Amino acid sequence: MNSDELLRRKSFIELGARERARAVLDAGSMRELIGPFERFVSPWLAQQGVVTQADDGVVVAKGRIDGQPAVVLAIEGAFQGGSLGEVGGAKIAGALELAAEDNRRGVPTRAVILFETGGVRLQEANLGLAAIAEIHSAIVDLRRYQPVIGITAGTVGCFGGMSIAAGLCSYLIVTREARLGLNGPAVIEQEAGIEEYDSRDRPFIWSVTGGEQRYRSKLADAWLEDDVEAIRDSVRGLLRQGLPARHLSDRHEAFLACLAQLDAAEQARPDAIRARYQKGL
Amino acid sequence: MERITLEFPAAQPARGRALCGVVGSGDLEVLLEPAAAGLTTVSITTSVQGMRRVWEAVLARILGAAPLPATNIEINDFGATPGVVRMRIEQAFEELNAGEGTTR
Amino acid sequence: MPQAIELSRGATWLAALTADARCASGYPASVRVVDAPLAGQAARYIAVVPDPDNRFPRVRKGEVGLVEGWELARAVREIVAADADRPVKRPIVAVIDVASQAYGRREEACGIHQALAGAAAAYADARLAGHPVIGLIVGKAMSGALLAHGYQANRLIALDDPQVMVHAMGKAAAARVTLRSVAELEALAARIPPMAYDVGSFAALGLLWRLLAVERADAPTGGDLDRVDTCLVEALADIRADAARDLSGRLGLAPRRMSKQVRERLRAVWQEG
Repeated sequence: MNSDELLRRKSFIELGARERARAVLDAGSMRELIGPFERFVSPWLAQQGVVTQADDGVVVAKGRIDGQPAVVLAIEGAFQGGSLGEVGGAKIAGALELAAEDNRRGVPTRAVILFETGGVRLQEANLGLAAIAEIHSAIVDLRRYQPVIGITAGTVGCFGGMSIAAGLCSYLIVTREARLGLNGPAVIEQEAGIEEYDSRDRPFIWSVTGGEQRYRSKLADAWLEDDVEAIRDSVRGLLRQGLPARHLSDRHEAFLACLAQLDAAEQARPDAIRARYQKGL
Repeated sequence: MERITLEFPAAQPARGRALCGVVGSGDLEVLLEPAAAGLTTVSITTSVQGMRRVWEAVLARILGAAPLPATNIEINDFGATPGVVRMRIEQAFEELNAGEGTTR
Repeated sequence: MPQAIELSRGATWLAALTADARCASGYPASVRVVDAPLAGQAARYIAVVPDPDNRFPRVRKGEVGLVEGWELARAVREIVAADADRPVKRPIVAVIDVASQAYGRREEACGIHQALAGAAAAYADARLAGHPVIGLIVGKAMSGALLAHGYQANRLIALDDPQVMVHAMGKAAAARVTLRSVAELEALAARIPPMAYDVGSFAALGLLWRLLAVERADAPTGGDLDRVDTCLVEALADIRADAARDLSGRLGLAPRRMSKQVRERLRAVWQEG
């Protein structure tokens, strides 16, 4: 990349959730639903001495993508690590549910989810978890009609129950800075020991769960520079492809075949996983 | 967590509304909305206790100078320094002046 | 069926509910799939159970790991495919006793998040296709493991027992992550219903269809079995009578009023103008 191109690049990661949603949609088409001035805040945080954010860390942005009706669900990673509570979770699930309803009456609303999240907000535990189950349900429903696109760009990445949501998407876009994994590194280190997983070894963490590794292991569909234009183009390109022949989450035989060939007695090696999944998926 | 309410003289009601910042570590969220002429009310919720005097001083500097439009200001703070507080409030007023609220 | 020295609750209840019917062949020891009747009709029962000889070293205490996730998907999709052209879809009963997902390098490297998505998608697709999916929580129902196995059910039933627990993260880990002591966490849980660990508090959130008292949750009596079986039959009828195939039945109680209000507000402003 020459210096001209470098200067023209606009960072997606540096944008907050609201601006990311705006950046994904067609210019001028964004209309935020249940925005911060409506003050649908968490009913659970204040009593725990935690300061609430007016939008509960989730932006619901209706608009158009390539002229077609769309809704972008953007999680604010800076608020409570992007963790999902009752209200933020309901905003995402509710919007996806309405998008599916749209499709049932002939309106082709598609959805893009911006995953910047550690999963369940532990201060809301069971209501966060329940909301995530409803998000899963709504993604599986909507993706019968339209592709559901997931984007995880960093710096928070996508973990916990929302990594499962990412796995349910029709297509997943990642950057180099992104990470995608079920369990947070610190928790794995606690449970399995530092030999198994050193949560402070950054190159190691990215070698296992980083964007490039996920893309090369065929667990993500696009691996992009941290650039707004590149991400916009990728979203439009993937939507134009329409629904995949089979969703990745539906390919149990292929994954089971890959796992059957794995020598589980040996520790996992990222290069071996890439090779195996590139061959088998 | 502490809640603080402060009032400052102000000019004519603000036109439009604005939002700035996020409730992240070392940051704050500022919501500006129009208020009746003459008074700006600032409602602060902050994760840091015992800083009332500092808030009074910081806000007096920003709002006590040239007469600003009358607004209701909501601040949700997660340990921002006075410098960051000032920056966010000024950003919010700039947005107001630019005529772009963040939400329609 | 292989007998562990001490059967897990999941294994115990699966065996009891299916009158010790044989497991379907071709599934690993950790994923028990049994085709047995419910209300006199063919049904499939599925449980994840401990396999101390699991190939994957971090999946030997009943965790839901990579293979478990994908095999759950296979067990569910097999039924959906078989019933694709039948007007009446077979019920699927998830017998839930899952203390956690698996934690390990192999798991993350091979994409356990994707494996659990496989399971969740299968259960959700089954429900959308018209299969009555019932989740019966007989022990632990935690986090990613529950999301994969049970949380996509039309109806959730739990035994009212101190060992039955639904949560996003175990106490010790949750305490560490939130930088509190376990005692502080428990104190919070006592006054903040969604943080509580006991099943009674979980039921009060409106997420359960039924909370069932039993005499011996570890080793069901004949009476216990009758009670649970009757409940499953009633759940089946309730699902079949319901036109909706979604999870909206979980929004009924006051603690989730914001979840309802958010949806109502979204609907009100969804269309422009």
